[in-house]
Amino acid sequence: MNVEKKEKEALFSIKNRKLLINPLHKDNPITIQVLGVCSALAVTAKMKPAFVMTLSVMAVVAVANVLISIMRNGIPPRIRIIVQLVVIAALVILVDQVLKAFVFDISKQLSVFVGLIITNCILMGRLEAFAMANKPWPAFLDGLGNGFGYGWILIVVSFFRELLGSGTVWDYPIMENLGVYNFGYKNNGLMILPPMALILIGIIIWVQKSKDKSLIEEK
Amino acid sequence: MKALRKILDNIKPHVQKGGKFEMFRSTFDAMETLFFVPDHVTLKGSHIRDGVDMKRTMITVFIALIPALLFGMWNVGYQHFRSLGETVELWPAFWYGFLKVLPILIVSYVVGLGIEIIFAQKRGHEVNEGFFVSGLLIPLVLPPDIPLWMVAVATAFAVIIGKEVFGGTGMNILNPALTARAFLFFAYPSFMSGDKVWISDKADAFSGATPLGDALVGHIDKLPNPMDMIIGIIPGSVGETSIIAIGIGALILLYTGVGSWRILFSTIAGGLFMGYLFNLWGLNDYMNIPPYYHLIMGGFAFGAVFMATDPVTAAQTNKGKYIYGFLIGLMAVLIRVFNPAYPEGMMLAILLMNVFAPLIDHYVVEANIKRRLKRVKA
Repeated sequence: MNVEKKEKEALFSIKNRKLLINPLHKDNPITIQVLGVCSALAVTAKMKPAFVMTLSVMAVVAVANVLISIMRNGIPPRIRIIVQLVVIAALVILVDQVLKAFVFDISKQLSVFVGLIITNCILMGRLEAFAMANKPWPAFLDGLGNGFGYGWILIVVSFFRELLGSGTVWDYPIMENLGVYNFGYKNNGLMILPPMALILIGIIIWVQKSKDKSLIEEK
Repeated sequence: MKALRKILDNIKPHVQKGGKFEMFRSTFDAMETLFFVPDHVTLKGSHIRDGVDMKRTMITVFIALIPALLFGMWNVGYQHFRSLGETVELWPAFWYGFLKVLPILIVSYVVGLGIEIIFAQKRGHEVNEGFFVSGLLIPLVLPPDIPLWMVAVATAFAVIIGKEVFGGTGMNILNPALTARAFLFFAYPSFMSGDKVWISDKADAFSGATPLGDALVGHIDKLPNPMDMIIGIIPGSVGETSIIAIGIGALILLYTGVGSWRILFSTIAGGLFMGYLFNLWGLNDYMNIPPYYHLIMGGFAFGAVFMATDPVTAAQTNKGKYIYGFLIGLMAVLIRVFNPAYPEGMMLAILLMNVFAPLIDHYVVEANIKRRLKRVKA
């Protein structure tokens, strides 16, 4: 009994808080680990789909982390990838159905990319690297943290793409209300195209790494 | 000159490190080296140097561009008055075009050099002459009526994302002027394509389609005769229309050795080859036009002479240059004929091959190493 008590740590100990905070900056899944980029390019033309995508990924990765963490001692190592995939696939189908039921329009915009959460490298990465070796609570925090880390990049990128590409923010026609079109301003068509999302992510990486030199990897 | 030297010497202590106006150090250095040969000498080790440094190279390209620029200014005016149905003398037409092109030129230089100076200051580099040529190329590849703020945005994009991100002059993967053009092409297509934009303030009734635009929709009979296209009295981007003016530039570049003849000739060969291939195929009218038409329409000549030969973004090995140039010509014609969304294939072809140039070099070098290793073993 005593031994068990010693091992038990507070719910939000420093270590656990780090699980939640590190993926936001120092260990960001998109800008540092460069995972999950394809979906970040595809769904960020507008803020709404980007936000829904963020929520979906966050839910899937957090719950999948917990489930795999619970089962981690029972999964035979040789078939672990398949087990992980089954868990993820089941969750993704759940999320997809929920989206179709409640936000059908956005679900249509996201099209295949909800289904493709299955192949999002962040998920497999977290399950393999973290959930297979940690208890459910830290795994949950880790999943949530990585979901946030993925999400804030998506939101920032989609904000700029929607503002400059369509002249709106969250579908609110901000540019039109400011009246800049009268001065000859035009929406930037390149912002709608996926390459610009890649460039924006590149700029975020640039800013991030020039602010924090420790993130620059050795040659 | 002495008075100028005195002024510069007076200012110098204030802008050196620790001086009051340190933030203008880069600006000052740029100005000083513009007027005087720098007095820096190599401090350690020995280097083989010749008299041609970057400043001299850039000036040569600059001079080579002058004929295209002057002709372009005149042509802007000529096309404008022609569309109105008026005929004008040489100078009024030139003056009209001069007033159209000069603001674009100024915006491109001010924005581009401004950003270069900021980056040089931040990184402690010297401001170098890399933008000298790009700043002139940008107005030459744009339509005359492009809004100035778009030029500013595109120039900023090209300099920051196309060049400074990779480490500044000499490190860029893509040609900065073409990056600016590609940015505008995709960002504001209605200002960069179609048959409305190529003649400045044209009368509505007058067709303003470029030869490329006509050819793409199958109006082969509407193409101007080849002589007009060679002289350049056709609508198009400011500097791209006249083969003669571009040819003078090409001669200057080839004579001084600044532009690579390998790239230039293989580009032309690639274009002609693809043109002949399409002739043999002959599915539609566009495929059947004489191959040399491709060289004198649109921006092929301008791109081949001034963009493809850019020493930074081209392949570096001699064999690589042949492959690089040939593929540019081939791709340009291929994109023109096959892709209805992109009437001008030259821009995309050069940018594409810019990306592949290091790969081509890599394989040329590898092949060389393999060949020589074999000789050692034998």
